Amino acid sequence: MDPVISIRPLLAVAVAGLAAVAVLLLNNREKLRDIVSPLAATAMFAIVASMAPTVLAGGTVDLRLFEILPGIDFAFRVDALGMVFATVSSLLWIAAAIYSIGYMRHLNEHAQTRFFACFATSLAAAVGGAFAANLFTLVIFYEVLSLVTYPLVYHHEDEEGWAGSRKYLVYLMGASKSILLAALALTYHIAGSLDFVAGGLLAGSNASAPLLTVVYFCYLFGFAKAAVMPMHAWLPAAMVAPTPVSALLHAVAVVKMGVFCVLRLVFHVFGTGLVNGLGLGIATAYLVSFTILMASVYALTRDDLKARLAYSTVSQLSYIVLGAVLLSPVAMVGGIIHIAAHAFSKITLFFCAGSIYCASGKRNISDMAGIGRRLPWTMGAFFVASLSMIGVPPTAGFVSKWYLALGSVEAGEIAFLVVLLASSILNAAYFLPVSYVAFFGAEAPESPASGSPVPGSTATVREIPMVTIPLVATALLSVLMGVFPGYFLTLAEGVVR
Amino acid sequence: MTFPLLSLIVFLPVAGAAVLMFLRNDDAVRWTALGVTVLDLALCIAMLAGFDTTTHEMQFTERRPWVPALGITYALGIDGISALFVFLTALLGLICVLASWVAIDRKVKAFMVSLLGMQALMLGVFCALDLFLFYVFWEAMLIPMYLIIGVWGGDGRVYAAFKFFLYTLAGSLLFLIGVIVLYFNGGETFDILALTAQDLPFRVQSWLFFAFLVAFAVKVPMVPVHTWLPDAHVQAPTAGSIILAGVLLKMGAYGFLRFSLPMLPEASMYYSTLMLALSALAIVYGGLLALAQDDLKKLVAYSSISHMGFVTLGIFALNLRGLEGGILQMFNHGVTTGALFLFVGLIYERTHTRSIADYGGLMKAAPVYTAFLALFTLSSMALPGTNSFIGELLVLSGGFAANLAAGAAAVFGALLGAAYLLGMYGKVALGPASVGGRYKIRDVNAREMAAILPLAVFVLWVGLYPKPFLNVIDVSVKHLLAHVQSKGSGQ
Repeated sequence: MDPVISIRPLLAVAVAGLAAVAVLLLNNREKLRDIVSPLAATAMFAIVASMAPTVLAGGTVDLRLFEILPGIDFAFRVDALGMVFATVSSLLWIAAAIYSIGYMRHLNEHAQTRFFACFATSLAAAVGGAFAANLFTLVIFYEVLSLVTYPLVYHHEDEEGWAGSRKYLVYLMGASKSILLAALALTYHIAGSLDFVAGGLLAGSNASAPLLTVVYFCYLFGFAKAAVMPMHAWLPAAMVAPTPVSALLHAVAVVKMGVFCVLRLVFHVFGTGLVNGLGLGIATAYLVSFTILMASVYALTRDDLKARLAYSTVSQLSYIVLGAVLLSPVAMVGGIIHIAAHAFSKITLFFCAGSIYCASGKRNISDMAGIGRRLPWTMGAFFVASLSMIGVPPTAGFVSKWYLALGSVEAGEIAFLVVLLASSILNAAYFLPVSYVAFFGAEAPESPASGSPVPGSTATVREIPMVTIPLVATALLSVLMGVFPGYFLTLAEGVVR
Repeated sequence: MTFPLLSLIVFLPVAGAAVLMFLRNDDAVRWTALGVTVLDLALCIAMLAGFDTTTHEMQFTERRPWVPALGITYALGIDGISALFVFLTALLGLICVLASWVAIDRKVKAFMVSLLGMQALMLGVFCALDLFLFYVFWEAMLIPMYLIIGVWGGDGRVYAAFKFFLYTLAGSLLFLIGVIVLYFNGGETFDILALTAQDLPFRVQSWLFFAFLVAFAVKVPMVPVHTWLPDAHVQAPTAGSIILAGVLLKMGAYGFLRFSLPMLPEASMYYSTLMLALSALAIVYGGLLALAQDDLKKLVAYSSISHMGFVTLGIFALNLRGLEGGILQMFNHGVTTGALFLFVGLIYERTHTRSIADYGGLMKAAPVYTAFLALFTLSSMALPGTNSFIGELLVLSGGFAANLAAGAAAVFGALLGAAYLLGMYGKVALGPASVGGRYKIRDVNAREMAAILPLAVFVLWVGLYPKPFLNVIDVSVKHLLAHVQSKGSGQ
């Protein structure tokens, strides 16, 4: 099938970029400014969706802008893998845009213009990365994403914010400046190009195995956004950001950019054949298994809800990488659709954490006793998303874990089946108590004398519609994807084929 | 006889300086100097517009006998490599005048005369096709530079200027001896192109290589002959720092490209591993030094050592990517580090401190300033999308091809770069406001913006669409490489 030449990939990026400009220009007109983001999100989703039929049919949408260096173009190519990432990001941006307005207004946050402008630019970068046709274009968007999310992380501009954002930037920039740059230079040296090639750019190269192994690990850790241990510490640190940021960026756009890059690495830079030939698949699988289990154990020990979610994200991201490096087609499909499954569920969980914070000011799980009775929609959604994280049917998480489990059997690596099971038990162990405490925990007693709530009481806590509606919607998406996984399955099979 | 465009470009600043002598009003001096540099830049753009990128031959050549008895001619001409630096010099010349507008408040006329004189000599170095003429320009540059540092510099200016003078002069003397040896071994001519065509015995090439190495290494500067640089850069006024970092450091690398490589190809290839090692050392050691600085200007100065290490690494990788990356990186370093010195100057004019610890939270007080500072900081650390990324990618790719260990060391240096630059930016621009409370900070005005914007344009232009720049040097570099490889391995 001939590629379709179209300007739509650029349009999808531009619409978010222009939204950021519009937000800046409407600095003083709050109502108009706030409407920009949902509109742009919807437009972006429409543009992305318009390319879906072509990609589902096995085609690509191409746009070559100009040559950077011999063998390196600034170019877009929308393929199945990019489509998964772009669909998820643009769809969830709609929910996050509405949620952000509710959240930011309710908390009366400062610097909202900067917030919304950076937010929109982040989405432009995420979708640009999804549609990048080569490593060069991908890395440009990757770095833009690091930069524009930085102000979002230090948003509160307090001691904690500066410290967290410094760690964020040091990890992401340090990794990309040193090892990723080295990997890029070596790849360009070996292959004379940085294009994504079906079957692997480096597949036919005559470089020595040790060198290729070094390049591989430079990429794996250089894409620090994938948060493979030990490059994960930036993610919990980034939790100082306002919750909509944690939700869309640190559960969807930023971290998915990381794993997306790793998948590109496995599928289109090295190619599954070369990864297998060098014996890197199993090595990586053990590495990420360690991350899956360790991060879950960390999550167990965290009382701050967002911190628990952050470690859960670290763990879940490695599922995606695990699926890819098991190198069996079924496992790869599982890894790819887990991008979507994890996104829908984890954004819901973060939205819930934000909703709880907005409504009650609480961040620690131990303080949330009985809050489910005050925030039934929020905690109901939280429960549904938890089930998806654990992998209970009929949620999205079940589908991807099913494929991952089947894939590890197909690959003949039963050890990873055990890892998946153990991790699911850990997931249950750190998610279900939250719901239990919220619904069945005893509320802190109200002060009997005055009738006014004492600190820690949940008496005045109630749902905030603009915050609750998006999170219910994303919870529904988690279930919908579990029942109708066809779209993402078709795309994933398109990648693996 | 065609129109002597190069002579006009080279000597226009001299003519401008002559006019300045007759002016009495400081403002008139400033505006005239600005006019001269703008005109010179316009001529350079015209030159580039007429530049043929399909040939490696010297273009816009002029040749007149000067001292026929000794075979000395007045010969000018440019190929792709020099064209890029002629343009860079003219561009930074303009920026320098803008940067000195209020920073220089005494002996304005003398300063501008020195500045224009300096510009003429630097342009002459890049255009000269006669070794003797080259040497005259090369040596004469010391005088205005000495004055710029020694008269208008900071508190330690005399020491710094003297150190700079001594180092460069020592190098230049060896260069002079080399030139004389070359003259007698190369058929008693000073014609650079004729000398390039000579086949010198390897022994002679070796001796010459090291004589030239000392001269050029001081200018670059390479470790361990770099110690003049922090003094000179820090003590010089802003314009002096911009010239030093932007153009003078390029002279050393240009010397390698114009003399060492083409005239001494066998020695260049033979000693390339040594040069790669020295480059890697400069990258890492310079980075470590920069990491340890608490003075803003010193940090930028030491970062130059590291960045110029990338340049020499690329050059002595002796492959196409390395050479093109090295040359592009010379241009990038001129733009980016020039801009960083400009920014140091701007903030110093406002706060009269250069200590990083005195700053903090500038973002609130001067948002435009910090936004552009972010751009140039990111450019300096070679973020993808900026000019230096293209250069570093090419240099590393070529470096890895030549020597994996050198490439790996360079990568470590790149990491150091991220560390000291991000650390610097974080302390100066972000965090809780410190200076904002104690000083009244004015954001950039229109004149300062005029100096910043062109540099910002080049950061992004080279970063996103480097093709026009690579096109200019491409054919010349390929020719140089083919020449070195055929002669160098001919033994």
